[in-house]
Amino acid sequence: MEAGLNRLSNNLTQKILAMPTVLVFIEQRNGQIKRASLESLSKAAELAQGGKVVAVLIGSNVKGLADVLGKYGATKVLAYENSAFERYAPTAFAKLIVKSVKEEAATVVLLASTAMGKDLAPRIGARLGAGVVSDAIDLKEENGKLIAKRYAYSGKAIASVVLESEVKVFSIRPNSFPVKDTHTGTAEVVVSTYNPETADLRDIVKEIVASAGKLDVAEADIVVSGGRGLRDPNGEGKQNWENLERLAQVLGGAVGASRAVVDAHWRPHSEQVGQTGKVVSPKLYIACGISGAVQHLAGMSSSKVIVAINKDKDAPIFQVADYGIVGTAEDVLPQLIEEFKKVVSHN
Amino acid sequence: MNIAVCLNQVPDTSARIKIAPDGKGIDQAGVTYVMNPYDEFALEEALKLKEKFGGTVSVFSVGDDSFQQNIRKALAMGADKAVLIKSPVRDASDVAFVLSEAIKAHFGGTPDAIFLGKESTDFNDAQVGPMLAEHFDVPCVSVVVGLETDGKTAKLEREIEGGKEIVEVTFPFVLTAQKGLNLPRVPNMKGIMAAKSKPIETKEIPLASTAKSTLLNLDKPPQKQAGKIVASASELVKLLHEEAKVI
Repeated sequence: MEAGLNRLSNNLTQKILAMPTVLVFIEQRNGQIKRASLESLSKAAELAQGGKVVAVLIGSNVKGLADVLGKYGATKVLAYENSAFERYAPTAFAKLIVKSVKEEAATVVLLASTAMGKDLAPRIGARLGAGVVSDAIDLKEENGKLIAKRYAYSGKAIASVVLESEVKVFSIRPNSFPVKDTHTGTAEVVVSTYNPETADLRDIVKEIVASAGKLDVAEADIVVSGGRGLRDPNGEGKQNWENLERLAQVLGGAVGASRAVVDAHWRPHSEQVGQTGKVVSPKLYIACGISGAVQHLAGMSSSKVIVAINKDKDAPIFQVADYGIVGTAEDVLPQLIEEFKKVVSHN
Repeated sequence: MNIAVCLNQVPDTSARIKIAPDGKGIDQAGVTYVMNPYDEFALEEALKLKEKFGGTVSVFSVGDDSFQQNIRKALAMGADKAVLIKSPVRDASDVAFVLSEAIKAHFGGTPDAIFLGKESTDFNDAQVGPMLAEHFDVPCVSVVVGLETDGKTAKLEREIEGGKEIVEVTFPFVLTAQKGLNLPRVPNMKGIMAAKSKPIETKEIPLASTAKSTLLNLDKPPQKQAGKIVASASELVKLLHEEAKVI
């Protein structure tokens, strides 16, 4: 009987130890919560195993966003408001997240690996003396340890990493985990007005210059990329690039580019996919006129479905493609636009 | 203006990566190491500021003697001095710590600016820059594609999803460089000759804490099988719609 009770209490202790408090930074821009943050929150709810899931929101007017977070698994929402926080203030944000981690005794911190999350994670790690894994694509508990997987060597290898520090910080690559909005609980919402000190705003963003309504390759569900095979947009390739943009528009996707066309100044660097550009994992990646250099493959081979269009049937891009068409951009792109239009309009 | 530039070396971007038998690193056979491309942008930007405002550029690397060649290249491009830190670093936190100690010792405090790449193309952690800023308690602007400065304050552009953020900071600060910031110079013969007599200091800095992370192993990413070649756009769209269900 006593042994049984002891075992029961041991089991309980283990269970409590195994229930970490997980804190998630929820990124919002202009009152819109980033989907990648909801992916992280959904994962946090899973990792907490019934323990506390604390969501942190920072902005000029964010309390209205707090209520929805319960259905993604948050049990508590800390909303910090100040008019200065309309734009990103790295030092202040890091300070508030660290303060929240300490107050809530969180041991796992998740952030979406966006421009903001990537910038914040190491700052938080340094302030807490915590280890940081950047850009995790998987996070699993095995024998009481959280094992993170991430790409290394720009997608050419996958590293499995364990953090040894008491607090563990992970930034999560967008599109790695599904969004689950099926939780029934409501989160306790705590709104506080935070008045930053001058030093907290020393690196605050003054202004945001948007590239006119364009969807970013790193965030898009569908990416349509062009390479040298599309030829010079200021000459014979003009129509090809217009078609590529049209195709992206029809699919609601973003335009990407190979390194060769960026180096030739045909497209801006912000569109470059690959080792010295962006690493993307959309559900559909269409590579048109891209031969598939190692450096490009490193940036897109984790896409769910890859389509290659190239006139050279031996191009390396076909080795990683799920579907391929051997043909020129001149021939294939206009047909694709027409065919996709039929399907997309049916949806 | 005295600037610290942190410099890593990485396998050449065209290198095919093979995992070593112990699964903890990569097979070094046939791999050539080049200056981390993002650090090259950082170095170029530092050299431009030195040309405009005077001062020095000191280069800091954490690694073994194989780094000497890329450090010489940095000196040939125009850096003045270099420090090679031989410490058994285990992760980005360690790298940031030993760099901060070496930089503090070299400048007797905080330099006017610390420039480095937004990430190294080996582990792509993108952690060292912001961590350094925390060690020095100075502002940090990461993923920078534009810099204008009068020597007292700096206006920087950082790349974000779908646009750019404009940030104004006062010196000293940490900058992490992104492609697009500049076009790095190629060392000329005069620079290469001058580099031969420039000092490279070597030091060992003990690590401050126990390891914050452990690399369990490296794996090859799952290899994709070459897929179906289809004859027409209509067939492709049908497959994407009905088989792959992504449209």
